[in-house]
Amino acid sequence: MPKRAAIRAEAERLRHLFEAAGAVPVETSVLQPAEVLLDLYGEDIRARAYVTSDALRGEQMLRPDFTVPVVQMHMEHGAEPARYTYSGAVFRRQEDDAARSNEYTQVGFEIFERAAPEASDAEVFALFYDILRPLGLRAATGDIGILMAAVDGLQTTDRRKAALRRHIWRPRRFRALIDRFSGRAPVPEARKALLAAGDPMANAGAMIGLRGPDEIAARIRALREDQAAAPISGAEVDLIDAILAVRETSLNALERLRDIAVDMPAILPAVDRLAARLDAMEARGIDVKTLDFEASYGRTQMEYYDGFVFGFSAEGRPDLPLVASGGRYDALTRQLGRGREIPAVGGVIRPDLVLGLEGAQ
Amino acid sequence: MSLKLGVPSKGRLMEKTFDWFAKGGITLGRSGSDREYAGYVQGIDNVELVLLSAGEIPRELAAGRIHLGVTGTDLVREKLGQWEHRVKELAELGFGQADLVLAVPACWVDVGTLDDLDAAAAAFRLRHGFRMRIATKYHRLVRDFLRENGVADYQLMDSQGATEGTVKNETAEAIADITSTGDTLRANHLKILDDGLMLKSQATLFKSRVAPMEAEDRRALETLKAKFGLD
Repeated sequence: MPKRAAIRAEAERLRHLFEAAGAVPVETSVLQPAEVLLDLYGEDIRARAYVTSDALRGEQMLRPDFTVPVVQMHMEHGAEPARYTYSGAVFRRQEDDAARSNEYTQVGFEIFERAAPEASDAEVFALFYDILRPLGLRAATGDIGILMAAVDGLQTTDRRKAALRRHIWRPRRFRALIDRFSGRAPVPEARKALLAAGDPMANAGAMIGLRGPDEIAARIRALREDQAAAPISGAEVDLIDAILAVRETSLNALERLRDIAVDMPAILPAVDRLAARLDAMEARGIDVKTLDFEASYGRTQMEYYDGFVFGFSAEGRPDLPLVASGGRYDALTRQLGRGREIPAVGGVIRPDLVLGLEGAQ
Repeated sequence: MSLKLGVPSKGRLMEKTFDWFAKGGITLGRSGSDREYAGYVQGIDNVELVLLSAGEIPRELAAGRIHLGVTGTDLVREKLGQWEHRVKELAELGFGQADLVLAVPACWVDVGTLDDLDAAAAAFRLRHGFRMRIATKYHRLVRDFLRENGVADYQLMDSQGATEGTVKNETAEAIADITSTGDTLRANHLKILDDGLMLKSQATLFKSRVAPMEAEDRRALETLKAKFGLD
């Protein structure tokens, strides 16, 4: 484990590289209002972040990352376009693995830019790629936007699409929904009985709680509509599966996705964006012929990313977390922007891991 | 030094624990007045009785301040991260059975499974502007369970007692609590989700993996284990 002073020096070196790439250094508070993070991530964030409180301000969290406060700062008074860099400690609970650090330094680079998002994706990735090149890491890339486009393009009800979109980042629930909407999973007996009942509320008993009879009736209506809707076709399920299975070098992945788009034209704009990004990467000297691409990359870890995603890992060291990671988070700026939004992409590097790997070489 | 055995300090859990040890020829008892939390041990040498709240026993085991302790599996799993690395289950004692379950109002005829709960939670948040509230004192266990099952748009409300009443009082929409017969749930117009069983718990004798032991403590532990045929 490198010493703190060495980590601080490495963080400074990385930040200067980001400044040289045009980023303005910014700082954020360590304590963040818990409400914002809870609204974004739900209760799960409590398993990953430290929560504290006082009697006046209520719950606060030790910042689990910089992205949220940097987005908030930009949405409040940032000029466009903008490039930011930062370095500092983040805090993560590690209740299942004592070997993982619960406090470590991140150095980040973020771009807020409306024009040519694929060029911004490539700019961030190439910057990280060049900085990390001496370490010989494995770079993985993906694009959540392709799966999202596939869901939006399904020939089914808006309600089903919304349910699938809501669970894009929870593969198990996503799969269960696909199975149900496509008729692959049997309808539970209790559900059948409920929908067949003349008056479903006949044996409901005492009405208690805030969720009222109108809400229950609305859900039963929704379930009846869903029962009447045609199942998602087996062909469409196969296409979703085919997208999730794409795991190749980037140019082959692009070819594969173009094949799938023949049967599912809804993903074409997202596939074109991937192509434009690969061109922009190539122009920046990245060998896209050997760069790995996985369509489902980042689906379980990187919740606010909704487009391009990437990660750098040390090969042969499955014990280590990602040395660097990042991606596009347009939807996050929409959620935090109170009516405003701006396309944004960025990433972070862990200087402690960079030093540790340099020492091992 | 002696082998320290932590036992719940009052109520049926204490009495049943005393009964269980009596079957192996070890008499545990409280000394002095009913109000004094001191105890004695007969039938085995070098074992010291420590009377504690059942909720504190996991923490004391993990800190190594007691060598053995009787408490519920629910409390150990809730309070200790990586519990298997910190304590070892020596014996299930066959009493104090309780299931940790997720329950919703019985009038929610449209909600019978976690799948339904997740859909109802999404609609609830849109309608009311806040995430559906689940009252519980088992925060870690409930959160892990709901994450594994892909339920979103809920929040946990801390409830240390009378949890079944929170729905009627409209401080929560659903609850996660332990139940043995389900009577209290029914009396409060609640029902258990079909797939809402999170954990089956019972009173269990745990051994700390971190408490330092001297040779005489080890001998006392071996004697105790032999009396109950434990390995």
